[in-house]
Amino acid sequence: MGRRRSNRPGISQANGPRQSIAILWKVFRRVGGAAEGVNPQFRAMREIGSKLSGFRDRGGTWNGVPCCAGAVILSEDKQTELTGDADDVPIGPETLPLDSWHREQGGRMVDFAGYWMPVQYEGIIAEHLWTRENAGLFDVSHMGQLVISGDGAAEALETLLPGDISALKPGRVRYSLLLDENGGILDDLMVTATGSGYYVVVNGAVKWDDIAHLREYLPDHITINHLQDDALLALQGPKAVGVLERLEIAPEIDGFAQVGELKFMQAGPYVWNGVRLGISRTGYTGEDGFEISVPAQSALILAGALAQDDAVKPVGLGARDSLRLEAGLPLYGHDLTPEADPVSAGLAFAISRSRRAEGGFPGAERILGLLANGTPQSRVGLVLEGRMAAREGAQITNGDEQVGIVTSGGFSPSLEQPVAMAWLETRLSEPGTKLQISVRSKRLDATVTALPFLPHRYHR
Amino acid sequence: MNRYFTKDHEWIDVDDDNGTVGITDYAQGQLGDITFVELPEAAQELKQGDTACVVDSVKAASDVYAPVSGPVGEINAALEDEPELVNSDAEGAGWLYRIAIANSSELEALMDKAAYDAFVGGL
Repeated sequence: MGRRRSNRPGISQANGPRQSIAILWKVFRRVGGAAEGVNPQFRAMREIGSKLSGFRDRGGTWNGVPCCAGAVILSEDKQTELTGDADDVPIGPETLPLDSWHREQGGRMVDFAGYWMPVQYEGIIAEHLWTRENAGLFDVSHMGQLVISGDGAAEALETLLPGDISALKPGRVRYSLLLDENGGILDDLMVTATGSGYYVVVNGAVKWDDIAHLREYLPDHITINHLQDDALLALQGPKAVGVLERLEIAPEIDGFAQVGELKFMQAGPYVWNGVRLGISRTGYTGEDGFEISVPAQSALILAGALAQDDAVKPVGLGARDSLRLEAGLPLYGHDLTPEADPVSAGLAFAISRSRRAEGGFPGAERILGLLANGTPQSRVGLVLEGRMAAREGAQITNGDEQVGIVTSGGFSPSLEQPVAMAWLETRLSEPGTKLQISVRSKRLDATVTALPFLPHRYHR
Repeated sequence: MNRYFTKDHEWIDVDDDNGTVGITDYAQGQLGDITFVELPEAAQELKQGDTACVVDSVKAASDVYAPVSGPVGEINAALEDEPELVNSDAEGAGWLYRIAIANSSELEALMDKAAYDAFVGGL
């Protein structure tokens, strides 16, 4: 028996626990070249991370109020200030703060984005369904947590992102895109205004490229702090809010919202057991939930306290991927690449109204043109007939004509049928359109479907 | 009846010239939740090492190779509705297909249970 995927058969043989799971993970993350030689405009980038946000203000002020003085016990973890020219890109898989905890919980560890990460514990389907009904605890510490500050930081960021960052109020989170000069997507990210700067969470697999890009294009007086000594946890699912309320987490500032009072895309600084936490009501599953930035040395005790709640089970990257796919959320490096622009990708909502009027972001001319005139391709959802899944790289045909390519696909545990995200010619992107997807020697019938596949259940 | 194993984690039960093929319990554990099995066609001629089936788990598709050469006989139709049988009973009700063994000398290269267990233990 051996691993395969649709576009690269017989990738290897399963021949050992660690090795074969590493191979599974290769299939899972569908390392690069997925569509190479098929259609260059759909070419996938190598590696991926995943997307999340959290928030953690490191001192200074919160909403103009000094928030580091007083009784709050500050964490001692250092910030890495990226102002020199140190080439500090790590090589080989590194361990994250919760490594031993995952292993104790029975997590199967794989090399993902340069880190040992849990791909699953009891099984992807069980963990997936648990998250939809209860609360799943995810470790996403591989993601890059940055704080960008300095005079004019918002305006400086606006030269690189299409979002209206200057209008972002402290405690608000916004989804945005790092764009190249042509308007291609270098990464998708979450920006939180902290009052003294911007807390930015970027994808793990491209975080070093992102940091290099920011360092190159932001003015010298803008500081980029990479919070390398902070872990990032996500607690997702309808019972997540109750779990956090039971933990007795207090807002760091008197009068600020209790954690359960946060709404979707809001964030703030909190204290639990003397530990400072940055908590946002955000996630990557389509469910209500939170993301929690915590100093590495307190990550273990926090994860333990969360997992002690009967509503919580640890959930690995496998279910994280199936959850986000059902929620219609794109995965960078697969559904989004530098060849993709925000309009075709269905992410025009990330281009703020004021920025549409004023421009001034990378690739503005091209992107505004696409907004006005439409795009030849679009990111769409497809539901497949039968049970055979289509994976990344599978070609979509309309009769004999190739009209698109699958960029993410798998079996949906909640819908109990295969679904896929794809790039498709816009003229065929109307929901209900019947097409075919080639998987191995078969042609599967598929129907274009509006995203998300499963309604979001955010707390708005 | 003898059971043989391959290094690629297939098993074959041999009864004279008739074989029944599946994947091992170890293999199903590595694959995780199985959502679909693409079985061979009846009467399809397989050569030892050919891809006979594809097993889909939530995240990946895996080839299942033919442990011996020969024409495919019966396939396990129950897997159409219950692919999870491969998880719950990989070496029993989760069998994949039967094969008429064309050349029994091909079995000599395979492992017995003790050798396979030792092989897996060393992984």
